[in-house]
Amino acid sequence: MIDYGKILNKTVTEIKPSGIRKFFDIAATMDDVISLSVGEPDFPTPWSIRKAGIESLQKGKTKYTSNWGLVKLREEISNYIKRKLDLTYCPNDEILVTVGGSEAIDACIRAVIAPGDEVIIPQPSYVCYEPMTALAGGVPVIINVKAENDFKVTAEELKAVITDKTKLLILPYPCNPTGAIMEREDLQALYDVIKDKNILVLSDEIYSELTFGGRSHVSPACIEGMKERTVIVNGFSKAYSMTGWRMGWACGPEEIISQITKIHQYAIMCAPTTSQYAAIEALKNCDDDVAYMMKQYNMRRRIMVKGFNDIGLTCNEPKGAFYAFPSIKSTGMTSEEFCEKLLYAKNVAVVPGTAFGDSGEGFIRASYCYSVEHINEAIKRIGEFLEEIK
Amino acid sequence: MKYEILKLLANNAKYTPADIATMLGADEAEVKNNIKELEKDGFIRGYKALIDWDKFDGAYVSAVVELTVVPKAGLGFEEVAEKVMAYKEVESVYLMSGNYDLNVLVKGKTLQDVARFVAKELATIDSVTSTATHFVMRRYKEMDVQLISPMDDDRGQLWV
Repeated sequence: MIDYGKILNKTVTEIKPSGIRKFFDIAATMDDVISLSVGEPDFPTPWSIRKAGIESLQKGKTKYTSNWGLVKLREEISNYIKRKLDLTYCPNDEILVTVGGSEAIDACIRAVIAPGDEVIIPQPSYVCYEPMTALAGGVPVIINVKAENDFKVTAEELKAVITDKTKLLILPYPCNPTGAIMEREDLQALYDVIKDKNILVLSDEIYSELTFGGRSHVSPACIEGMKERTVIVNGFSKAYSMTGWRMGWACGPEEIISQITKIHQYAIMCAPTTSQYAAIEALKNCDDDVAYMMKQYNMRRRIMVKGFNDIGLTCNEPKGAFYAFPSIKSTGMTSEEFCEKLLYAKNVAVVPGTAFGDSGEGFIRASYCYSVEHINEAIKRIGEFLEEIK
Repeated sequence: MKYEILKLLANNAKYTPADIATMLGADEAEVKNNIKELEKDGFIRGYKALIDWDKFDGAYVSAVVELTVVPKAGLGFEEVAEKVMAYKEVESVYLMSGNYDLNVLVKGKTLQDVARFVAKELATIDSVTSTATHFVMRRYKEMDVQLISPMDDDRGQLWV
């Protein structure tokens, strides 16, 4: 009989299965569950984008594209970055179209990290950086960012964890789940720490369109001297409500992107062709759709933040992404305990902060990709729950 | 701010002034005042539920009636429009560009009711020269809302 234990890669088997999988499997079997757990927009992909995908199919555009992605799409991405960040990336060799931002992150880590190399990862943050680092043989080095610093990475925290083995710093801002953003001066301070070192920055900017209160997103690559040491990852999922199309990109110095492209070329070949045609339409003609969705998110964000604070869960203003990250410390429960009890008592599903790193303890993540009525109902039920456990 | 309030209420008349104030980052009392003014000045004409009557067997039938009208000197189409809209059977009246003049949405209990109403009441108005009646067979979308195959929330429980 085959011994799978001897077949499987230990690095893979040792990756922790998500602690809350079980929890959501339970939620899926319950009736009348009202969820604030989904991390994707509720808007359908704007019609003109869908239409562009359909038309490309009708015309029979169903072959592979260049490994790098369609030239036209890379040109549009280049224009977009110029428009948004005032940075210039050459469509020919500094931009790679990927299968969502996720693939770009994975390929970038694999292109840079050899066994034993260290990757600095701020947490709480999106869950993929640690396992992807481990799969590349790298060593994740965690910075537990603090609520009192608005969940930003500070220069001191960064300085404290840099070693001779540090190769990569991941900056996941605007941040899922905390809603934190990094302002220009925050990024400048980090640059001063790494400017004389051989450390690359992987900036995951998938939520770059989602910043609130008149602030627009600043990329680390915008800081003078940083462009040559930054790979920007972005995509269409959040801004254009295109999660299922799996479209993203990486842009950065040619020396890095060309190596990332090798991995992409052998693992993936090219991003889905239909999605690439749809993405061209998104970048060319859909600023108004993005603006409309942004406005809706902003209204929902205000409703949610006020709602949490009104029922007694301290919730700082999230400045980006589409999540609120209220503290549940006042209940004396752990995050997982809170979420599980809330689910059973009130059929409301939220995500424990610990899903995003140990430093998420004492917080829950609530997505506001839902209608105002839905959010109000969920908050009402959470309020009742808090009363009952007093 | 009034325009923003109107857009929100047009989308969902059940939003409370408190919700609207939070959504717009405004003061609740100010929102209340604005709504009051919008009502008083006739910008907001009412708050009605959007009902899918097709779910109700035999609730009513409706028809679009195209009226061709000879306008009166000095009065234009106003006089006849006022006559038409006075009927309780008439749900909406629009003056149209193009091949005919007034677009009238008529409803009744049965097909015969509507037909009788058009023949006896609308067609006999002095300045009306012709009518064309089109019965509504099915309502797919009304006031921005899809009545059939609405978008379900089919987002998967990806836990990230």
